[in-house]
Amino acid sequence: MATTINGAAAPAIETPRSPRRRPGGPKARTNFELYAWLFMRISGVLLLFLVLGHLFIMNILDGGVQRIGFGFVAGRWASPFWRTWDLLMLVLAELHGTNGLRTVINDYAERAQTRFWLKMLLYVSAGLVITLGSLVIFTFDPNIS
Amino acid sequence: MTVTDDLSTTAPAASGPTATAGRTVTLKIRRFDPEVSAKPLWKSYTVPFDPSDRLLDALHYVKWNLDGSLSFRRSCAHGVCGSDAMRINGSNRLACKVLVKDLGPEISIEPIKGLPVEKDLIVDMEPFFDAFRAVKPYLIAEGHEPTRERLQSAADRERFDDTTKCIMCAACTTSCPVFWNDGEYFGPAAMVAAHRFIFDSRDAGADERLEILNEREGVWRCRTTFNCSNACPRGIQVTKAIQEVKRALIFRRF
Ligand code: SF4
Ligand code: FES
Repeated sequence: MATTINGAAAPAIETPRSPRRRPGGPKARTNFELYAWLFMRISGVLLLFLVLGHLFIMNILDGGVQRIGFGFVAGRWASPFWRTWDLLMLVLAELHGTNGLRTVINDYAERAQTRFWLKMLLYVSAGLVITLGSLVIFTFDPNIS
Repeated sequence: MTVTDDLSTTAPAASGPTATAGRTVTLKIRRFDPEVSAKPLWKSYTVPFDPSDRLLDALHYVKWNLDGSLSFRRSCAHGVCGSDAMRINGSNRLACKVLVKDLGPEISIEPIKGLPVEKDLIVDMEPFFDAFRAVKPYLIAEGHEPTRERLQSAADRERFDDTTKCIMCAACTTSCPVFWNDGEYFGPAAMVAAHRFIFDSRDAGADERLEILNEREGVWRCRTTFNCSNACPRGIQVTKAIQEVKRALIFRRF
């Protein structure tokens, strides 16, 4: 049998991926992946209504895009309902997208280093978008000059 | 006797394809021999075949008549042992379960993907078996040892019937794109093995196994690509089994 292959030759063939370490190894068991999976389903369904509703109101309902201006936004955001709507949409969409991209990175980035840095970039950008977005929603001043 | 005469004179042809039909097919095989070259090479062989020949017969023809250095695993030749899973025209199949005539005039044959190749079509199955062992694929019972069989209703048996059919060929795991990139992923076959015991009414180890599959590299890595269900030579609904494990995990928590 060809079991005497030295380690150098065999991995020259593709996919010498990281083999399974442990079973029952050092990694703490958490439910993170379970919650992430559930979150994707639930946020997906919610976003369906939030985003389609948003698109409908902004682009189709009386006048469509033409009527959108500072005054329109100010009028809408006078109501906590629309602020909550927009905040929910912002947070859910950003986290949904971030988790999706995290999955894509896990699937496609082969080297641990690449994985790590791509994910850092992803998390920083997500944090930035959420912070900036919520800042606007919470501190919006309709009387700004 | 004439029987022995027949056997001795036509030994190679008796179990391989005979050239009588006059039809030939080209096998394009991805060869790898670390003692010859560090890189894999594609080699083509022209092989005669009968309509009843399976791809395994054609491989035998190559090995016995054209090139004895070709290596592949096979044992039962009847789809029972699970040794000869390979990538045939890009899909994982058992060489002993596909007919040459169904595969077109040129057939590409590669080792299953994602496990280290040792030689030609032979891969190192250890990582695959590691994942299998990790899910504790054996009966975990509690309470007193019964003095006779552990009885089970037909309905309870039916619950996990599909996943009892696995022959550990690795066709599913090595068709999974998540496994190709992430060798730590348990892979579909290990989950099929876990499913077989998790849903067995006689077994008491479901929680233990669910905990294991709840890990970072467990069921949640599954992207429901359905490659595994397509690859399984036993027709097991592999993706469905994985989804059932996910559901069990969710309903255990909520
Ligand atoms: S589930 Fe099917 S494809 Fe996977 S190892 Fe078992 S028999 Fe092979
Ligand atoms: S040789 Fe046994 S399954 Fe094909």
